Amino acid sequence: MGRTLAEKVWDDHVVRRAEGEPDLLFIDLHLLHEVTSPQAFDGLRQAGRPVRRLDLTIATEDHNTPTLDIDKPIADPVSRVQLETLRKNAAEFGVRLHSLGDVEQGVVHVVGPQLGLTQPGTTVVCGDSHTSTHGAFGALAFGIGTSQVEHVLATQTLPLARPKTMAITVDGELPEDVTAKDLILAIITKIGTGGGQGYILEYRGSAIEKLSMEARMTICNMSIEAGARAGMIAPDETTFAYIKGRAHAPEGEDWDAAVAYWKTLKTDEDAEFDAEVVIDGASLAPFVTWGTNPGQGAPLSASVPDPASYEDASERFAAEKALEYMGLEAGQALRDIKVDTVFVGSCTNGRIEDLRAAASIVEGRKVADGVRMLVVPGSARVGLQAVSEGLDLVFKEAGAEWRHAGCSMCLGMNPDQLAPGERSASTSNRNFEGRQGKGGRTHLVSPQVAAATAVLGHLASPADLNDQSSAARTPAGV
Amino acid sequence: MEAFTTHTGRAVPLRRSNVDTDQIIPAHWLKKVTRDGFEDGLFEAWRKDSSFVLNQPERTGATVLIAGPDFGTGSSREHAVWALQNYGFKAVISSRFADIFRGNSLKNGLLTVVLEQKIVDALQELTEKDPKAPVTVDLEAREVRAEGITAAFELDENARWRLLNGLDDISITLQNEADISAYESKRPSHKPRTVQV
Repeated sequence: MGRTLAEKVWDDHVVRRAEGEPDLLFIDLHLLHEVTSPQAFDGLRQAGRPVRRLDLTIATEDHNTPTLDIDKPIADPVSRVQLETLRKNAAEFGVRLHSLGDVEQGVVHVVGPQLGLTQPGTTVVCGDSHTSTHGAFGALAFGIGTSQVEHVLATQTLPLARPKTMAITVDGELPEDVTAKDLILAIITKIGTGGGQGYILEYRGSAIEKLSMEARMTICNMSIEAGARAGMIAPDETTFAYIKGRAHAPEGEDWDAAVAYWKTLKTDEDAEFDAEVVIDGASLAPFVTWGTNPGQGAPLSASVPDPASYEDASERFAAEKALEYMGLEAGQALRDIKVDTVFVGSCTNGRIEDLRAAASIVEGRKVADGVRMLVVPGSARVGLQAVSEGLDLVFKEAGAEWRHAGCSMCLGMNPDQLAPGERSASTSNRNFEGRQGKGGRTHLVSPQVAAATAVLGHLASPADLNDQSSAARTPAGV
Repeated sequence: MEAFTTHTGRAVPLRRSNVDTDQIIPAHWLKKVTRDGFEDGLFEAWRKDSSFVLNQPERTGATVLIAGPDFGTGSSREHAVWALQNYGFKAVISSRFADIFRGNSLKNGLLTVVLEQKIVDALQELTEKDPKAPVTVDLEAREVRAEGITAAFELDENARWRLLNGLDDISITLQNEADISAYESKRPSHKPRTVQV
């Protein structure tokens, strides 16, 4: 019988397989950041172990880094200690590190692909659940805990039980106003936050094949929000073109050998998945969340659901709790929800295409009175690219704040946070209670919806802007 | 890691589904660089509410958490496991755990037990009515026992063996160092490298 993409990559990395034991899997790329690594380095130190493969390890700073005044000492002493701990550990063990101020610094899941380190058929791990992002290249990529970080540092392997596989097939043409973010939010609402638990997801079908690499990363990034540790997309010409010429892309004969291998990384026609979900791409619309888990979402044109409409008692209770926390009423139109803050950024939507999309919508318009819009590039390099295209000026002229790279308000470990009761439209990945700041209320949206929401002050899609009188749009140069 | 064989303690029924790791330990606690001192951050937001179950005096000293479905969703932070352990929990029971949280718990000796929802419901009812009711989580017998309830649970044999013996994964893996070296010597040259060594 044929094998799925996930099974092929898995099999190619088995170091040891024995009856009654989990497979021992080789790890091709280990990404580190400051939050989940200090205790792992401590463990190595206590046991007197070195990092086994420095040439397969790379670190950056992202979760704690400020997005303002990055040339000044970090104000929060606890954040500062954590960043200094990573710098000290990297120096002591010899790990390549891109610190704040370095052009390659940024959100770890933006940095790997931009350097060309994320490649098809590799295994990629990081002490961060959004490592699933790298699956967009046909890599088997998943988040790990700190004990596993230590394990990979010491052995470059992980003992793992092989997950099941689930195909998520998206056929049909996505409507023009539907983005990768809308698609993945709709998938999570359909299968639930536990729907992918125990599976590696493979996104496939004509609608997926047409997506750019960056859109594919947005999809795979949120596999974890559907409960799956990993999500993958078979590599194709789009993938190869994206990698070619990057700093760590193979060259010459290695490039040819790599592409020949990458072309074998497709699910065989006679392979069987353990589960299958089919989605009609043409039926989708801009999608937002209304609740406090990423599976509590609905099309933007819908209303806040009535908890009483849920048959399952625990879902009903969860919806009641969510509405209470979010300060929403059942039946309220989602478009009527006013926001205080708009956040564009994160490993989900902080790449250059995302910034271009948001900029194209706010260009010549103004952020609504009383709304704060934060634009945080996913990496320093993405920020430079945006500046070279003048996008920073577009955002600033619209009244948005243009910041330095990092995780920022996605999880509010740095000073970029919501105040209690404040409401955001956010291009990030989690709408958990307090995620963006204590008492903060988060609606997950695409960059396009974020930008339109910033202009109108309530949840909105770009199409809603066309309904506005032309007076709302400031003439160019004014 | 501390070995886990069997444990008996009082329980905390937590009737919420989708308890994500941001609720278990909020992000600002993740700035610490140690594995201890997370107990005050456990369920920090909910503990501000005096009616929250963990704040009830009769729950003091409880060591078994009986949680709703999809416990531990969200981030990979192992701090969530450390916070539960630092607070004093030895075992968590739910009908479904998020994968990464489950893996982290078993690597630290916090036993996560999967039982059918109706049994979890029964355990929650029992321990809501009687906060003193002892709950036993027996890894040797692979069984949860409480008044009127005996429920078998599954755990893969390898994970169970490591927990029963408190074994460190890294030492086990390094026993197979020759396999790792053999694999490394066969890796194709086109695979990416972060630095030249």
